[in-house]
Amino acid sequence: MGASQSTESNLAASIQRHLSKIVVAPSFAASLFFVYGFILWTGYMAFSKSRMLPVWDWAGLRQYERLWQMERWHVAIENLFIFGGLFIVTCLFIGCLLAVLLDQRIRAEGALRTIFLYPMALSFIVTGTVWKWLLNPGLGLESMMHNLGWESFKFDWLVNSDMAIYTVVIAAVWQASGFVMAMFLAALRGVDQDIIRAAYMDGASLPRIYFGIIIPSIRPVFLSAIVVLAHLAVKSFDLVIALTGGGPGYSSDLPATFMYTMAFQRNQLGIGAASAMMMLATVMAIIVPYLYSELRGGKKNG
Amino acid sequence: MYLRKTILATGVALSALATASFAHAEPTAEVLHWWTSGGEAKAVAALKEDFEAKGGKWVDSPVAGGAGDAAMTVLRSRVLSGDAPAAVQLKGPAIQEWAEEGALADLNDVAAAENWDDVIPPAIQDVMKYEGDYVAVPVNIHRVDWIWANPTLLAKVGADSVPTTWDEFNALADKLQAAGITPVAHGGQPWQDATIFETVVLGLGGPEFYQEALVDLDDDALNSDTMKAVFDQMRKIRGYVDADFPGRDWNLATAMVMNGDAAMQIMGDWAKGEFLAAGKVPGKDFLCAPTPSENGYLFNTDSFAMFNVSGDDKIAGQKLLAELIVGEKFQETFNLLKGSIPARLGVPMDKFDDCAKKSEADLKSAQDAGGFLPSMAHGMALRGHLSGAIVDVVTAHFNSDMTSDEAVSRLVEAVELAKD
Repeated sequence: MGASQSTESNLAASIQRHLSKIVVAPSFAASLFFVYGFILWTGYMAFSKSRMLPVWDWAGLRQYERLWQMERWHVAIENLFIFGGLFIVTCLFIGCLLAVLLDQRIRAEGALRTIFLYPMALSFIVTGTVWKWLLNPGLGLESMMHNLGWESFKFDWLVNSDMAIYTVVIAAVWQASGFVMAMFLAALRGVDQDIIRAAYMDGASLPRIYFGIIIPSIRPVFLSAIVVLAHLAVKSFDLVIALTGGGPGYSSDLPATFMYTMAFQRNQLGIGAASAMMMLATVMAIIVPYLYSELRGGKKNG
Repeated sequence: MYLRKTILATGVALSALATASFAHAEPTAEVLHWWTSGGEAKAVAALKEDFEAKGGKWVDSPVAGGAGDAAMTVLRSRVLSGDAPAAVQLKGPAIQEWAEEGALADLNDVAAAENWDDVIPPAIQDVMKYEGDYVAVPVNIHRVDWIWANPTLLAKVGADSVPTTWDEFNALADKLQAAGITPVAHGGQPWQDATIFETVVLGLGGPEFYQEALVDLDDDALNSDTMKAVFDQMRKIRGYVDADFPGRDWNLATAMVMNGDAAMQIMGDWAKGEFLAAGKVPGKDFLCAPTPSENGYLFNTDSFAMFNVSGDDKIAGQKLLAELIVGEKFQETFNLLKGSIPARLGVPMDKFDDCAKKSEADLKSAQDAGGFLPSMAHGMALRGHLSGAIVDVVTAHFNSDMTSDEAVSRLVEAVELAKD
């Protein structure tokens, strides 16, 4: 009796000990298979002759060669750099500025914070559709200005092949900069007030305090914000589909929309997979150095 | 991620439907399609009714979204997992692609019993057959090369009919523009740009050139002065379109013609449905006329491909379905609802409207003159990767200030790259 009790309590203890691992195991297995397994599979598809159906015939680097010979892929990559660059820089600037302004102990801060953060709660499809209406020359801003009597007003970026990608930047910045603001605001609140007071005592001006002390001390937040924004930029798909549909022509195509077109509309699974791997490589180029610095930093502190 | 979830969920739902149907021994057919709204949904319901009246069990698998992209993704996974639906809405050379994978069933015995070789136009037979065997059945014929015009606006510049040459077209458009009327209603989406492009190829080059350039992809035809002239005409048409055209859906462009905001639209005869739904009368409230060409006719035919299924009940269901689809009764009901014309010769046309009657009459004369050709823009002439490469160049040219010379050289390059 005593023996069985002790086995029971042993079992209970060992369940207790491994409970966290048991609970996590299914989701670990699922992500191992569905995320990393499919990454490997896509990686292989990019080296195969797959067109309509996945096949295992080896094609070497042929799909990558074809990918890089396509004019449309070059447009998509160029757009990614324009969009990604402007999106990240503008979001950081606006987010940081809003955070600093909100940090001035103003009235109704809570309400303002909610207003700025709210766009993040919308789906990109909604953002894209609304901005499509706003920016459509015949419906939105331009026609409103014309109706108000400002006949020479012209804002036709949405329907202009050279400018359409910038409308995607506008909508994306509108959506994400409030989120960046929230990140910065949290960091600003975390800055040690004593240092700021000490700087005041030494007679430093407010801008100087911000540029010299506060912003450098929240540097890690910049890094996190850049990583979040960069992966948002690389995987942008729904916003482009809703806002411009990749058009006019394919002038506002991004790698994600290119991949969808090739893999699901044109029976070019191989090229689609190759472009997906290029996107993965782009994200890795951003995330890996970040993770490396984070993990190394963690060790140093610990 | 969202997309993947949807597909998974749909897949699960579909297989649940499939298993539910095992218990019965009656002729059973699972039909995968994306006709989920409007006249198309009614047309499918008509087929279902006929099928059930003959004692069949219909398993409906509608997959809406992305003009069939979502359905194709479901189809891929179903075929890979060895559980293909009996009939799948598929069209054009995609049928050949699936047949090459060995996924399609042979319908020759139904075809022989029902005399399909005599009642289906030969050009459409070619699409439905793989190596001489019927593997799919056509449901309709849409004509692509139409001009839809607003007679009131044309009358304002003294025109009482739609132009019959591209020169006349340009002259009329110039007059309309001078009178402050937008000559052409157009939606700037790649497939719509390609729709105009192929009608211009057919008109300026003639049926033989169309065949060489957009069906056989002959290098000399693609790289010819005629092709340059086609791109010149595209540039002209670009000038006849209002400034806000990019991204506009085709039915909004049709509404512009209907409401008198633009004079003409080049679009397939699904546009007619918009006019008819608004209670407009052909010949009075709107005009339908073929785009300028010599006895040309570009067809866009929807069809159902029959996939390999196992089990007597399923095979019986599949054959019954094929027989019904090509049957006169279904061809008439379906096409009256969908706005197209029957894909079977000799169906009485008296219940159809004037545009459909014209379409049927032109089909015969085009067939005799060798001008009955598959549409490139609507996936009837070329496999997806080839037509996609052409459409990319066409839409890039139409939406920029690219010269015709550059467009032609890009066209040749893109086709070359897509071929290998």
